[in-house]
Amino acid sequence: MILIFAYGAVLLSFASGLLALMMNQRQLLLELSRYWFKKFPDTHARYQRLLDAGLKERRYFHALRLAVFVLLGLSGIFAFLAGLSVLIGKEAVSDQIGLGLPWLPWHVRFDGLSGFFYLIIGIAVSAVSLYGPGYVHGYQENRHPFAVLGLFTGLFVSGMLLVLLADDAFFFMIAWELMSVASYFLVAFQHENPANRRAAFLYLLMAEVGALAIILGFGVLASFADGFTFDALRAAKLSPVWASIAFALALLGFGMKAGIFPIHVWLPEAHPVAPSHISALMSGVMLKVALYGLIRFCYDLIGAPQWQWGVVLLIVGTLSALGGILYAMMQTNLKRLLAYSSVENIGIMVMVLGLSMIFMDTGHPQLAALGLLASLFHAFNHALFKNLLFLGAGIIQHQTHELNIELMGGLIRRMPHTSKLFLIGCMSIASLPLFNGFVSEWLAFQTALQVDVLDNGVLRSLIPVAAAALALTAALAAACFVKVFGLMFLGRSRSRHSDKAHEVKDKGMLAGPSLLAGLCFLIGIFPGLIISLLNRVAGQLLGQALPNDAALGWLWLAPVSSEQASYAPPLVLIAALIAGCISFWYLRRSPATVMRRAEPWDCGFGGLTPRMQYSGNAFTMPLRRIFAKAWIVDEQIEKDMQGALNQDVGAIRYQLQIQDHSWPRLYQPIAQGVNKSAKQIGRIQTGNIRVYLGYSFVTLIFMLWVIS
Amino acid sequence: MGDQLMNWILAVIQTVLFVALSPLLAGWLKCCKCRLQNRKSPSLFQPYKDLIKLTKKQPVVAAQASWLFTISPYIIFSATVLAATVVPLVAVDLPTSASADVIVMVGFFAFARFFLALAGLDIGTAFGGMGSSREMTISSLAEPAMLMAIFTLTMTASTTNLSVAIGHVVNDGLVLRPSFVFALFALILVAIAETGRVPVDNPATHLELTMIHEAMILEYSGRHLALIEWASQLKLMLYGVLIANIFFPWGIAESFTAPALAYGLLAITGKLALLGLLLALSETLLAKMRLFRVQEYLGFAYLLGLLGMLSHIILEAAR
Repeated sequence: MILIFAYGAVLLSFASGLLALMMNQRQLLLELSRYWFKKFPDTHARYQRLLDAGLKERRYFHALRLAVFVLLGLSGIFAFLAGLSVLIGKEAVSDQIGLGLPWLPWHVRFDGLSGFFYLIIGIAVSAVSLYGPGYVHGYQENRHPFAVLGLFTGLFVSGMLLVLLADDAFFFMIAWELMSVASYFLVAFQHENPANRRAAFLYLLMAEVGALAIILGFGVLASFADGFTFDALRAAKLSPVWASIAFALALLGFGMKAGIFPIHVWLPEAHPVAPSHISALMSGVMLKVALYGLIRFCYDLIGAPQWQWGVVLLIVGTLSALGGILYAMMQTNLKRLLAYSSVENIGIMVMVLGLSMIFMDTGHPQLAALGLLASLFHAFNHALFKNLLFLGAGIIQHQTHELNIELMGGLIRRMPHTSKLFLIGCMSIASLPLFNGFVSEWLAFQTALQVDVLDNGVLRSLIPVAAAALALTAALAAACFVKVFGLMFLGRSRSRHSDKAHEVKDKGMLAGPSLLAGLCFLIGIFPGLIISLLNRVAGQLLGQALPNDAALGWLWLAPVSSEQASYAPPLVLIAALIAGCISFWYLRRSPATVMRRAEPWDCGFGGLTPRMQYSGNAFTMPLRRIFAKAWIVDEQIEKDMQGALNQDVGAIRYQLQIQDHSWPRLYQPIAQGVNKSAKQIGRIQTGNIRVYLGYSFVTLIFMLWVIS
Repeated sequence: MGDQLMNWILAVIQTVLFVALSPLLAGWLKCCKCRLQNRKSPSLFQPYKDLIKLTKKQPVVAAQASWLFTISPYIIFSATVLAATVVPLVAVDLPTSASADVIVMVGFFAFARFFLALAGLDIGTAFGGMGSSREMTISSLAEPAMLMAIFTLTMTASTTNLSVAIGHVVNDGLVLRPSFVFALFALILVAIAETGRVPVDNPATHLELTMIHEAMILEYSGRHLALIEWASQLKLMLYGVLIANIFFPWGIAESFTAPALAYGLLAITGKLALLGLLLALSETLLAKMRLFRVQEYLGFAYLLGLLGMLSHIILEAAR
């Protein structure tokens, strides 16, 4: 039953991709129907009329698009149901599919961990399929064919779902590549722009390098096991050194996909150029699939994580979190900013995962369960609010044809619904209480504060530093999203486009984000719903769940013990409502104090213009100055002087370019090294046939010598 | 059940007391400062009079202000009141402090600040943006420093529940902990920065180049302004109580009997009066620093917090 749901989700997403291909087959269908009705003329006259009407040009495209997204949405619902039922059922189910090579059937296993990620994908895909029809409506069919978009979206989703089902290394890699390659085509969708092609190629390159590392990781495990099924890999006995090598390869491979600093560079390039609902899926879901891979590999396949790996994850995660948010803050392109913020959030997840590994190896499985839970919960929350924000960004791009936040402003009056949804997203991601982002961050702090149980002095002082960095990250994230919301939605509009923007007409485009925003709030108030599910995942994976299920009730959240820490969001909400209502009621009761509207204070000079507002660069200037070393900042100010003594400033030109450190420090040396070695190798290519024959001869002699 | 109800009533009374007394602390501070600067001081109850006056006035709102601008004062005030419910003022072990711990309290401050900064950006004047930008910068440095200082306490008491932690400190008696000394100084520095007091921000000035808090609320008037002013007075008192009750918790009521509660109230009043006097003294002696010196100041606070934590781990939690 559970597997039927899971397979159903995969097949439906696959079907939605295939159905999109029918976009170009209208003529064929038309002829087919004519042929059919000619053969059986009188029986189906009613259907004929219906079909003819359906095959009219505009109707057909519209209906087909809708059908594709309906299938995708059904796939999302099936995935959600599958995930929920396996989490409630507590039992892992396994199966074999006779596809692929005859002696290598695909092994399938669906357990709590996969189920939880199915849940994430299910919610995200459902929201996206509500949103999609309205969004793709704007694409011109001849320039951006829907067939391509729909096909690869379907393949991409089914690839992600299959990765989660895989129970042997071959199947895993096939599904993984399906996901990577399909998403490459989605990134390259608007390929008329050279920057997009570049971004897509970078993405493909890094995805393939990552895949290579994952294959090598599986190879290391497999060389100690008999076979490539995960059961065999689980049974493999590795020496600590080989286990660490496998871990390093897995971290490289999955980290490249997840966007861990400094191998995150494809993320800020690829996310902005993909269509918004695709970037929502990539950022909200695909990164989580990479996290799933890492968890599966370290906790399940290798078996016992070592605390040193935890330290590595802790450091890498902290760097990603801090680096991600600092870079995010300086971006002017909204989707780029969101991509960098994904790096930050993945960093938080990895960091907490590291804590969990440390606790696991030092013999505190309960705390390890808490860490794993916090990490997975943050993954869930991030999927919700990042999806919401990307979909919101898509709406804004759709309505203003602009993604530069410096050119927006005042959208709160023109797009009231979008602005409310976006505000909820911003509040969740800034981890404010009552919203879901706060709960997972709270759990992360609770995990880090249990450091007292450790014996190792280095760890004991390292983990508080990481907690401090987490606190800084959270505060910077709040500043970053105040900037985003404040500049885009508040104030006065800074450009013609944003001045003329209006709310989206399409109901679905608002329904998708509304679903996510509602969940953000619901999970923020009742985190127990998800945490009790997650506790089962931890129980299956670590063999140890959080102690008392009663303490994780719907009202209270007390992960360690109610003496140590507790949080009751429903009570907080009630108290907030009471406080708000009392002050509201008390102050509004006198009719003499009705609000009056007037011009804002302009220091008596008259005429405030939108250009007098703070810009994004101005907003972040103090932070840019404080953390100056974090970026490569190129700031140029040119002044045109005029007047009698050349003392008056006529015009000022201001240029600001901010670059990621990882490009010149890491990638350019690698690229140069590759070029150089290619040149060196080029030397032996003389183009002379005699030399080549000589090479063959020498090789032959050498081989003979080796063999004999 | 009856006991439980009584505790809840006490918790509500404590919160109301918090809200009601906060203007008094502001008045006391102003009085001390005036005396120290050889000026004639206003009445101790002047802040109450100001608040009442403001609530009776008709608020004027800028023409292009959105709904966020008018709703923000209520959110800011409510969030600050919620933060006040978490902090034990007179007695520990009240039920409200179990529903939210100290991390949630910091979260409430962040909540209030988020909306304050957004409200600053809403009208689209340069001042508002300037204030928001500075406020977010300072707070993003101050918040981690504050968490570090508080984590030192929570790790000593191995709980993030403020009430339990303070109870732990009381019951331990007078133990000299080096980590607490660091944490105390870190928290004092953060408190000064977060409440906009002198070396960081000057609450008494409207000089455009130096304003932080005042720049954001420049467009507010009437009851909106009253709420924001009250919230910032409440915040000042919150920090005062935090410092007083975490590091010098003696006198706080541990049982809910009338004499204990009265003694607790008396103790906290005395502690706050002393803290107010010290703050007035430091405000008189120090000059405001340049905006770009603030990061050094807060970096120092952060470092102190971290040192506190490390010295707790290395020196005190010996096993």
